[in-house]
Amino acid sequence: MNDLMHATGQAHPPDATAGSAASPCLLRMNQVSKRFPGVLALDRVDFEVQTGEIHALIGENGAGKSTLIKILSGAYQADSGELIFDGQHIQQPTPARMQHIGVSVIYQELNLVPYLSVARNIFLGHEPQIVQGVIDFRTMHQRSRELLNLLGIDLPPTRLVADLGIAARQLVEVAKALSRRVRLLIMDEPTAPLSEQETATLFDVVRRLRQQGVTVIYISHRLEEVFRLADRVTVLRDGRVIGTRPVEAVTRDDLVRMMVGREITEQYPKSQVQPGEVVLRVSGLPGRTDHDAELVVRAGEIVALAGLMGSGRTELARQIFGADPMPHGRIEIRGRPVRIHSTWQAIEAGIGMVPEDRKTQGLILERSVADNISLPVLSRYARAMIVRQADVRNMVRELVRAIDIRIQHIAQVVRTLSGGNQQKVILAKWLASHCDVLILDEPTRGVDVGARTEIYRVIGQLVEQGKAILLISSDLPELLGLCDRVVVVYGGRLVAQFERHAATAETIIRYASGAFAD
Amino acid sequence: MLPARLRTETRDWRRIGGSVAPIVVLILICLLLSLLTPRFLTSENLINVVRQSSLNAIVAAGMTLVILTGGIDLSVGSLLAVSSVFSAGTLAAGSSPLAAILAGIGIGLAFGVANGLIITVGDVAPFIVTLGTLTIARGIALVYTNGAPIMAMDNDFRFLGRGGIGFLPVPIVILIVVYLAVYFVLNRTTFGSYVYAIGGNQEAARLSGVRVRLIKAATYAISGLLAGLTGVILTGRLGSAQPNLGSGDELDAIAAVVLGGTSLAGGRGGIVGTLVGALIIGILSNGLNLLNVNAYYQPVAKGVVILIAILVDRRVRASSAA
Repeated sequence: MNDLMHATGQAHPPDATAGSAASPCLLRMNQVSKRFPGVLALDRVDFEVQTGEIHALIGENGAGKSTLIKILSGAYQADSGELIFDGQHIQQPTPARMQHIGVSVIYQELNLVPYLSVARNIFLGHEPQIVQGVIDFRTMHQRSRELLNLLGIDLPPTRLVADLGIAARQLVEVAKALSRRVRLLIMDEPTAPLSEQETATLFDVVRRLRQQGVTVIYISHRLEEVFRLADRVTVLRDGRVIGTRPVEAVTRDDLVRMMVGREITEQYPKSQVQPGEVVLRVSGLPGRTDHDAELVVRAGEIVALAGLMGSGRTELARQIFGADPMPHGRIEIRGRPVRIHSTWQAIEAGIGMVPEDRKTQGLILERSVADNISLPVLSRYARAMIVRQADVRNMVRELVRAIDIRIQHIAQVVRTLSGGNQQKVILAKWLASHCDVLILDEPTRGVDVGARTEIYRVIGQLVEQGKAILLISSDLPELLGLCDRVVVVYGGRLVAQFERHAATAETIIRYASGAFAD
Repeated sequence: MLPARLRTETRDWRRIGGSVAPIVVLILICLLLSLLTPRFLTSENLINVVRQSSLNAIVAAGMTLVILTGGIDLSVGSLLAVSSVFSAGTLAAGSSPLAAILAGIGIGLAFGVANGLIITVGDVAPFIVTLGTLTIARGIALVYTNGAPIMAMDNDFRFLGRGGIGFLPVPIVILIVVYLAVYFVLNRTTFGSYVYAIGGNQEAARLSGVRVRLIKAATYAISGLLAGLTGVILTGRLGSAQPNLGSGDELDAIAAVVLGGTSLAGGRGGIVGTLVGALIIGILSNGLNLLNVNAYYQPVAKGVVILIAILVDRRVRASSAA
């Protein structure tokens, strides 16, 4: 009880850089374990975060990162072990308690109210008030502006959150945490949906937070970000801490080895396939000056659409697949013009698409693996609408084996699978459809290193089968590692094209950011 | 963790019923009523209950398809009335009983198709569209009859409402046929899979090549058709058509679907649950009558039981999901 009283007594303003005791160690977890039915999610974890550092936490899906965050946020209680924050033992962590002592979490699914203003979101639940129950908007807007300025963000506090992009929303979340006098901010894969530029802005904000004396735990799948941003890094694997290192003292390969426990020698299996005939040709697309650009993908070839978020690369892909109307351009498959006004026509023409957002676009989460995989081809396994269920099951089982989807049963609900396995289910849908053209929009987003390599392997198999692949990826090393050609999209136009050997990250970024006019 | 065998069994239960809780509630109500009154557990009374429930159950079968896609059909009560007065009117105009039956079903189907087209092609929320057709259809029924009942005493026409096949009343036979058909459609056909897929995640279904508009429109058409069929059965039973028939029946149908464990958000549930839900509602009315409960208290009691059943279902679901 005594330490509870003590901890509630101290609420530090964000600019109190010195802190109370100026202890170098803000957070310490000693021998923390958490067991769920059937799995030991955290196994005697020792984890220490120093005041004022940016501490990266990495590990594959299922390594225990989310369990660890949930214990820190008070959502879960550890089965055993100690939690020490700023020298105080935290006995019964609840979400309210952890928030009160200054621990905030920004989850991937942001917790904002869309039809309230930026300021009302920032101060939701602790609004400045004139009298009890009446919001003091003047003060609230003033303080919102101060917080946003502190973060170097230019955003009117009166804007509706619904009108903001995902990147701006994240920054509002950061300001919200700051308004609650955060001391330890935990960010769960914040850059997954962000473009390169937006990522850079977010990193600036995080560095400013560090200057303000806020300690940050940063969770990511992208190793590059660890080196760009973090001071120290901790690797989790199978619920155990594999190690904590200063970032200067490790290499990318070290981290991969620590995460996977084995060497990943050939991350991008370069396909040795000679591209064949032209399978997909989209002509009459907006080019640099006129509607004269052409997008061509040959059999056994991977063509990448590179571009920033909002550049129009996803839009173009969706138009080719018939998900959105195509304002310009004509589509030919194997030299024959095809009319595509809806997705089923695209599928009949031999096109498939793995959409950018697995959960909202790719899968029916509450349905089984078999239901999801068979959905695009179900009518081919039916006569008079009656489905030959045994055939469907056999087809699904074969695909599950072929690309090694780890499930207990094909009737298992997709929601229960890991991100990597979910992505494989989506790939299996299009393997089942025997499409000639496959559009892959961010096929490895939010997927851990091990599963990523397996997805690359599947893509390699598809290329060997002679499929024409159109790849979209925000991960430039991945894009350059996989593709045969790169087409750069900027402002909805195809502005440049490179063979793989001629493409570098620098040139792509130059064209993708519009710096080609001269 | 449950042993593997047990888990497959739970899965199988869910597959047919969506949830076990409604069946438990149904059995409990039956047990309670057989203890409270000797008149409940007689074959005569039981057949009577099922016959009385059959009308709501047939409407609720169509409603289940609509709700599984994530939609709602508020117009069914009014469609029942329009179907009733059109079939009786056709009969009164001298047409054959078969033509009158088809007229009633056809007008329901036509309204259902209109609902489906406005919702999918016009891209308007189902709640709004079917609220609109609810008042339009009721208005048409009043205009058509000028507010007065139409007699329909032809024996062949009344077969659907009053006839019997063996010991079973025809409405029960129709109920069985409709439920077997919908069960088959939901579990064995592409259409059924698409209905669940759309309700589970409409965008993912569309991006998998499912013709979302077509399938959704079809569910409203089926719902309209079944409401039309119910109107004809009811007219046959009463021997007359009235423009205010079926007023508020959409709520009983929705209650049956939800009681049966189908999620109003779509994508989860099934037709067996709906049958159980309709029986719960029917048996409840029957029991309250047998117990001589004041008619004004009956809706209150019905509402309370529905809420309790849904709360129980929530509990069971939450504990089985954890």
